[in-house]
This record gives sequence, C-alpha cells and structure tokens, in this order.
Amino acid sequence: MKSTHLRGLQKAYVCLIFSFLYIPIAVMIAFSFNESKSRTVFTGFTLKWYKSLFQNSMILDALMLSLFVAIVAATVATLIGVMASIGINSMGKRMQSAINTISYMPVVNPEIITGVSLMLLFVVYVNFAHWFNSQPAIPEFLQILPENIFGLGTLLIAHITFCVPYVIFNVSPKLRQMDVRLYEAALDLGCSPKQAFFKVILPELTPAILSAFLICLTYSIDDFMISYFSSGTMQTLPIAIYSMTRKKVSPEINALSTIMFVVILVIILVSNYVEGRSYRRAREKR
Amino acid sequence: MIRKKSLSAPYLIWMVLFIAAPLCIVVYYALTDKSGQFTLENLMTIGRYSSVFARSLILAAIATVICLVLSFPVGFYLSRLRASKQKIMLMLVMLPMWMNFLLRTYAWMSLLENNGIINRLLGLVGIGPFEMINTSGAVVLGMVYNFLPYMILPLYTVMTKIDNSIIEAAQDLGAGTMRTFWKVLLPLSGPGIATGITMVFVPSVSTFIISRMLGGGSNMLIGDLIELQFLGNSYNYNLGSAMSLVLMVIVLLCMSFTNGFDDEDMEGVV
Repeated sequence: MKSTHLRGLQKAYVCLIFSFLYIPIAVMIAFSFNESKSRTVFTGFTLKWYKSLFQNSMILDALMLSLFVAIVAATVATLIGVMASIGINSMGKRMQSAINTISYMPVVNPEIITGVSLMLLFVVYVNFAHWFNSQPAIPEFLQILPENIFGLGTLLIAHITFCVPYVIFNVSPKLRQMDVRLYEAALDLGCSPKQAFFKVILPELTPAILSAFLICLTYSIDDFMISYFSSGTMQTLPIAIYSMTRKKVSPEINALSTIMFVVILVIILVSNYVEGRSYRRAREKR
Repeated sequence: MIRKKSLSAPYLIWMVLFIAAPLCIVVYYALTDKSGQFTLENLMTIGRYSSVFARSLILAAIATVICLVLSFPVGFYLSRLRASKQKIMLMLVMLPMWMNFLLRTYAWMSLLENNGIINRLLGLVGIGPFEMINTSGAVVLGMVYNFLPYMILPLYTVMTKIDNSIIEAAQDLGAGTMRTFWKVLLPLSGPGIATGITMVFVPSVSTFIISRMLGGGSNMLIGDLIELQFLGNSYNYNLGSAMSLVLMVIVLLCMSFTNGFDDEDMEGVV
C-alpha cells in the first residue's frame, strides 16, 4: 500500500520536472501561430510568421553560414582528430597525458574564456600584421599580411579548435581497446601496413569517428559564445537569434524555434527507429 | 598497432597555436598594461567588481544546489525504469538541450514578463502581478532551466550502476528510507554528483546571456563584465583578461574540489 502511494508520488514529481522542461517550448510553439505580435495574448491562428521567416534573408543567410561552418569545421576536425588519436596512441605515457591535459582546456574551460582567448590571439595577429606591413625596412612585396581577418576564417579556426578535442576523446579510447593482434594478423596475411590500416583498423573505428563527427556538427551549429567573440561582423544562426532577441518583438523567432524543434524531433525519432530496426535484425540473424 | 607519431603533427601544431598560445596571451594581457609594461594593476582593479564576482558565485551556487536537489529523484526514478522506457525518458531529457539555448531563454522572457503569461494566468485567479523578470530569481531560474539536464544525465548514469539488491540489503538490515539515502544511495552516487556539479556550475558562473536576457541591467555577472571589456563599451582587453584569469582560477578550484570525490576517468564525462 505504502509503496504504490510512493510510486504515484514519484511519477507526479517526474511529470512536474518534465513539464518544467517543456512548458517554455510549448509556449513558443503555440505563439508561433499567433495572429498578433503579442507574446502573451493569443488572438488568432496564422501562418504568416513562417512565411515572413522564409523571406527573412538575414536568418536564411545566417542559417547557410552556420551549416557551412559546421560541415567544414566538423570534417576538418574529424580528420585532424583521427590522425592525432593514432599518433598520440603510439606515444609514451607521459607525452600522452601532457597532450591530453592541454586538449582538455577547451572542454573544461568556460566557453567565454575559449572565445576571449581566441579573440585575443587574432587581435595580437592583427596588430603584428599592421606593424609588419608598415615597416619601411621590409620590402613592400612582402608586406601582404592580411589585416582584416575577423570573419569566416577566424570563425572556422575557432570551431575546429573546440571540436578537435571531442574527436580525440571519442576515438582514442576505441583505439586503445582495439586488439593489436587483428592488425598483426592482417600484416601476417600479406597486407601492407597501409592496407591493414584501411581494411582492419579504420572499419573498427568507423562508429566512433561517425559519432565524433556528429558531435562536432551539433556543437558547431549550436555554438554562440565562441563564435560571438571570433566572427567579426559575420552572423551565424545563434548570433542572428541573439540580435533578434535584443530587438524584443519578433514572432519569427517562435516560428524558427518551432521548425528547429520539429527537425530535431524528426532526426531523433528516425535515428531511433533505424537503430531499433538494425538491432532487431541483428538479433534475428542470431 | 601502427606506430606513426608524425600523424599527430597537424594537431600538435594546431593545439600549440590555438589552444596553448591564446591562453598564454590571456595571462600576458592580464599582467601588463596598455603599453606592455608589467603590472598588477588589472588584478587589483578587479577588487572594485567584487560584488559582481560574489553575485556570480552565489547565484551559480544556488542554481547548482537547486539542480542537484531537483535532479536526484529524477535520476533515481529513471534508473529504476525498464530499459526500453529508460531510453525514451532519456530522449525526453535531452530533447530540450538540442534547442538553441538562446531560444529557450527567450521563451522564459515571454513567460516572466510583467504582463507575461504567468502574470496573466495569476491575474485570472486574482493574484499578482508579480515582478519576476529582471530579478536575480529570474537569473537563477534561467540557469536551472538551461542546465538541469546536465545534472540529471550524470546522476542517472551513475545510478544505473547501483544494484537494487544493495538498497534492499540496506533495508533488510533495518535502515529506514532516510538512512538508506544518506548511507547508501548518496555515497554511491558521488561521482555522478561531482560531474553534475561541475557541469552546472561552470556554465552558470560564466554565462552572460541568461543574466542579460532575464536579469535586466541590474544583475551583472562575471560573464557580462568580461564581455563588456572585449566587445562592449568598456573596451579594456587587459582588464578583461585579468577577469578571465580569475574566472579560470575559480573554475579550476571548483573542479579540483569536486574531483576529490570523483574517481572516474574524465573520458566518461565527454
């Protein structure tokens, strides 16, 4: 008797927490269909905010930039990260832990510090380039250091920087767990080291590499803090959202949130479904 | 396994250039003045902002404690569910995290406003209106809301490893609910609690979005101060770097404190 009582109480509590998590999202979705600009009174159903959202070139440009940066940064970070993991794996213990300590910096440091420190680095470079380009002692054809660097380049550097550690920490453990004998067997059976890598090691690592790539994609698309300090005047989607919230009245934000929520929901449901199906298939085979 | 240290060369160069060097530059800027002379002036000046630092620490600590108290039962409840249900519930916990946090915080703005939804609903019952937005309470609420999943997830992970039989054994041996909680459940959840505390406290203490959107102008946090030095009106890189340095030390202290009872490998966190 007492335990069923307790069970009910637990359930009610968890429901309460979940509604706390979801009420703001529900409100946003509801008000994306609101006729008037009011964020608090519902006056009637409309889809006009969705329509104006898709005509808002600021948002669309920002979305394109975000996607572009995310794909490039995630690809480069995955490449550098996987190579680094293999290299680090063949180093001595002390070297490994030294590299890991530095790699943890962007992970454990508050994002604002990573953002600010990169911005300072770029500022130092700009100052140097300015000084260099105005030195009379240096021949003019050498004075071509770019000075206006804040933009796409710095944005990409920043995103790759905070992505690579996630790749390394995803791939390294898998590499360590891998059976060395598999690789040796491949060599014994006549593979060249290169073949053995591409035919034996890489397939083993693929799931870890793929999940690292996806983590990089999501972190990059979602990042506001670090981009904010290194993007100059360029606007990624989170930065565009930030500037919209500063203007207070913009129901298009609600429409945008709703679309993003639906997209995320669909991605999660589909990936769950695919995963579940492959799991079931694997079980049937057995 | 292949022995090719040279493969890590691109990353090592990248790491030195874009992780190590920037942090060194922060330290350099923090300890010099505008003309590049060594000075402790910047660090001294921070004393003037001690109230902001204190406010950040207190609000972040309150938010962390609230998150811990709210999440503990949730983590426990989730860890006792059937495996298939656990998966769905975990998805539900993580789903809001996938939304951009600016959008989530923006949603709270419309809920908390003076003629916002909550005040209107309260008005229907004849209570209020309450002044909710632009208070430190709203800032704490924003922190709790945004970072609650970061507390639930590690707690859940560590609690799935606690066998039901251990709890039953404690009860069989005569421990009451409270005693089981303090003597069995809490100590066994130690590593999860430690991870959760850092994962909530670090972003809370360094945020500047939440305080700006929900706290109005009167609830400045460390993050706001730093942002003002770099992109805002104050424009003082040296002072901003000194503040960043202090923030880094605070975070390191917090982590070494929680790491004391976290014996798990850090890789589990990422």
